[in-house]
Amino acid sequence: MSTDTVLMQALVYLLASVIAVPIAKRAGLGSVLGYLIAGAAIGPFALHLVGNQADVMRFAEFGVVILLFLIGLEVRPALLWSMRAAIFGLGAAQLIGIGLCIAAAAMALGLDWRHAAAIGAILAMSSTAIVLQTLDEKGLRRGAVGSAAFGVLLFQDLSVIPLLVLLPMLAVVPVVAVAGADGGLHGWWHALAVLAAVLAIVAGGRYLIGPIFRFIAATRLREIYTATALLLVIGVTALMQLVGMSPALGAFLAGVMLAENEFRRELEADIEPFRGLLLGLFFITVGASLDFGLLMRHPVLILALTLGLMAIKAVAMSGIARAFRMPWGDARTVGVALCQGGEFAFVLVGFVVGAGVLTSELGRMLNAVVAVSMVLTPLVFLLHERFGQGNAEVSTAAVPDAFDETADVIIAGFGRFGQIAGRLIAANGFRTSLLDVSVSQIELLRRFGRRIHYGDATRLDLLRAAGAEKARLLVIAIDDREKALELVETAKQYFPQLTILARAWDRRHAYELLDRGADVVERETFEGGLALGRIGLQRLGLRANQALRAANLFRRQDRRLFDELMPLRDDEDGFILASRQSQATLDQLLSAELQESVTSDRDRGWDTSSVAEEMRDAAE
Amino acid sequence: MKSFWPFGRRKRVIAKPRLAASGPSGGPVLERHNRRMLLILAHPALQRSRVNAALYAAVADMADDVTFHDLYESYADFSIDVEVEQQRLADHDLIILQFPMYWYATPALLKEWLDMVWLHGFAYGRSGTRLHGKTLLCAVTTGGEPEAYTPSGSNRFPIAEFLRPMEATAYLCGLAWAEPFIIHDTFQIDDAGIAIQAARYRKRLAELIAALPVTNSAPATATAA
Ligand SMILES: Cc1cc2nc3c(=O)[nH]c(=O)nc-3n(C[C@H](O)[C@H](O)[C@H](O)COP(=O)(O)O)c2cc1C
Repeated sequence: MSTDTVLMQALVYLLASVIAVPIAKRAGLGSVLGYLIAGAAIGPFALHLVGNQADVMRFAEFGVVILLFLIGLEVRPALLWSMRAAIFGLGAAQLIGIGLCIAAAAMALGLDWRHAAAIGAILAMSSTAIVLQTLDEKGLRRGAVGSAAFGVLLFQDLSVIPLLVLLPMLAVVPVVAVAGADGGLHGWWHALAVLAAVLAIVAGGRYLIGPIFRFIAATRLREIYTATALLLVIGVTALMQLVGMSPALGAFLAGVMLAENEFRRELEADIEPFRGLLLGLFFITVGASLDFGLLMRHPVLILALTLGLMAIKAVAMSGIARAFRMPWGDARTVGVALCQGGEFAFVLVGFVVGAGVLTSELGRMLNAVVAVSMVLTPLVFLLHERFGQGNAEVSTAAVPDAFDETADVIIAGFGRFGQIAGRLIAANGFRTSLLDVSVSQIELLRRFGRRIHYGDATRLDLLRAAGAEKARLLVIAIDDREKALELVETAKQYFPQLTILARAWDRRHAYELLDRGADVVERETFEGGLALGRIGLQRLGLRANQALRAANLFRRQDRRLFDELMPLRDDEDGFILASRQSQATLDQLLSAELQESVTSDRDRGWDTSSVAEEMRDAAE
Repeated sequence: MKSFWPFGRRKRVIAKPRLAASGPSGGPVLERHNRRMLLILAHPALQRSRVNAALYAAVADMADDVTFHDLYESYADFSIDVEVEQQRLADHDLIILQFPMYWYATPALLKEWLDMVWLHGFAYGRSGTRLHGKTLLCAVTTGGEPEAYTPSGSNRFPIAEFLRPMEATAYLCGLAWAEPFIIHDTFQIDDAGIAIQAARYRKRLAELIAALPVTNSAPATATAA
């Protein structure tokens, strides 16, 4: 290792990504390729700035775990059930079909059938990280393509467990398993342990996590909240590793169990940055593990093998997707997306070499092919986008219900005020996304079966998670003056398509909100006060219609005044003076109105006295 | 969205004429414009309307000559701003009242608007001459077919009889009464039929505008009533 301190390592990794990723992104290559290039550059086979990748790799794989956890958060159990066809149909067809194709190709190259079978199973895997990140960047993850690819990847994750059991049986010379990650658990015990772990995650997710987060949230300590979220993911990972299962799968399961939890949005927002960074690190390590030595020795062979592999996977996958009735454009995109080798290949290669199924020479070769195929994927995807799609349109439109639905309206603050506005809107069939910071409030509403999320709505990431990018309306009803202003500003800046309706404290706050860009403001006490005043007038003897009209007139006058004072709002003295004057005017107006209105003025339409007078005049 | 009170700047422009700052008395000052036709639409549930919505949409691009005023959108609470309405009337030469026939009469808000806005001293009476010389056109849709509006039909009287109150109002207030624009049989009319009627409506309005004398008698004034 040329640099030994953690700090120096971090410096190198961060510097490489800060330089390479923006350039790659600018050049239209996507961030994944940027990371891979950065990794290749600093790796032991190029600049040699970083050394032992195995350690970093293990750490970086945590990025994949977090990725699957976050995806799990988006998939409610019911949705998972509805995706069973994609997972077990398309997924199984992919693994078996493509595994066989690759094995056949390997046999055609002259390998023993056992080697071929092992290689087929290993190379059929695709890279969850690269596929999902790429689809995300292209905006395809939530569409039909995304669902199909995700189903396949999920099935691959599931099949790692049986593969770990089955692959050693292909050993040419039986070797006592040395690479088993299961630390001595075997056979039935192993199965039992896996079952227990899964049950623990399901039960914990359902019954334990909620109360814990509620407790933590009540302390209102941001960093502890984040720490708890990370602890949860790491805990699940550790548990899964203990029983020898895919940590990514465990994390996904935990995510699914929490998908209905009210803290989901906040969890998502808190963990998101870690996902990005660790995934980046993961891609860098893949880049860095490119064995240039081997590449130099057999450049043509490796390139040919890689391209062959990618061609087989892409073509076969397109065919399979087509057989599952996807339109051609989508089917081809799925094929191209899944055409690389996956990160599990590295694990499985190590495992089968240890188990004596493959020679270590062959293993190194496989690793190189997988790594190169990962590097090439973003490029192939670019080529596919440019030339491959032809006139077949790829459907980016979200498959209804494939993932969490989007909301029309975001209600920030579902307290006394927000509830009235929000319930009215929801009762008329619009989908609302509710955010609040009061734990007791949330609990109360949950008991009545409402989906409401914990979180501070001024946070950009949370707004985004609540669906601010697609929503049409943002109703700001939080009971914090400053935060409301902050929220208007944030929303205006990042989600210009949102119409912002805000609850205002008072006149001044209302102007401030408008200044920041709110479209509509409503002073929180105004309508209530007016309603009570109107009832008061009635009790004082006015006819109901008379009182109603008086209140309506009052409202109109007041709003007109509000508009007229608007230009003066910045000028403190002018404002006070003007509002005092207007206050006086309003008083005059009101008293005149009251004196008059008993008989005339606003009742003018029904006041026939002037007509009567005119007729008397005429008669004389 | 439109049901929110126009407290913000955006909605204001859509729903009401722009009000410039005005004196303490609050007299509204309307924007200046050269439009000579005022089209007042009164339909309490435009979202359900087939015919009136189509008519309204068919003339929407005539905004250079026509001021559009969706009454139920502006005054859903029946709280009519009398000064603004009077000024608006005064600013135009051609007044179109477009509405579906409800119980042989206008929808309630249009009647309320008449009661509140067409006041003694403004529309009629010795000094009430502000509407003199203008033209009033009623554009009416009816569920009943033409035969229903005959002596042997279910409505017994010709349609003109039901519009007598409006005709008399026009007469009293010194407006010329234009031959009403009627669409019968709205329950049966198909989309093609609606399209034909919409084109006819458009043509009729264009003719009315074209027939105006170029005297330029009352382009928008900028004073309150
Ligand atoms: C409350 C009500 C009263 C109505 N009264 C009459 C009527 O007196 N005569 C008639 O011919 N149609 C009557 N109709 C039918 C409407 O005139 C007809 O539905 C309307 O003109 C269709 O236009 P639209 O598609 O724009 O709503 C009535 C409808 C309603 C809802």
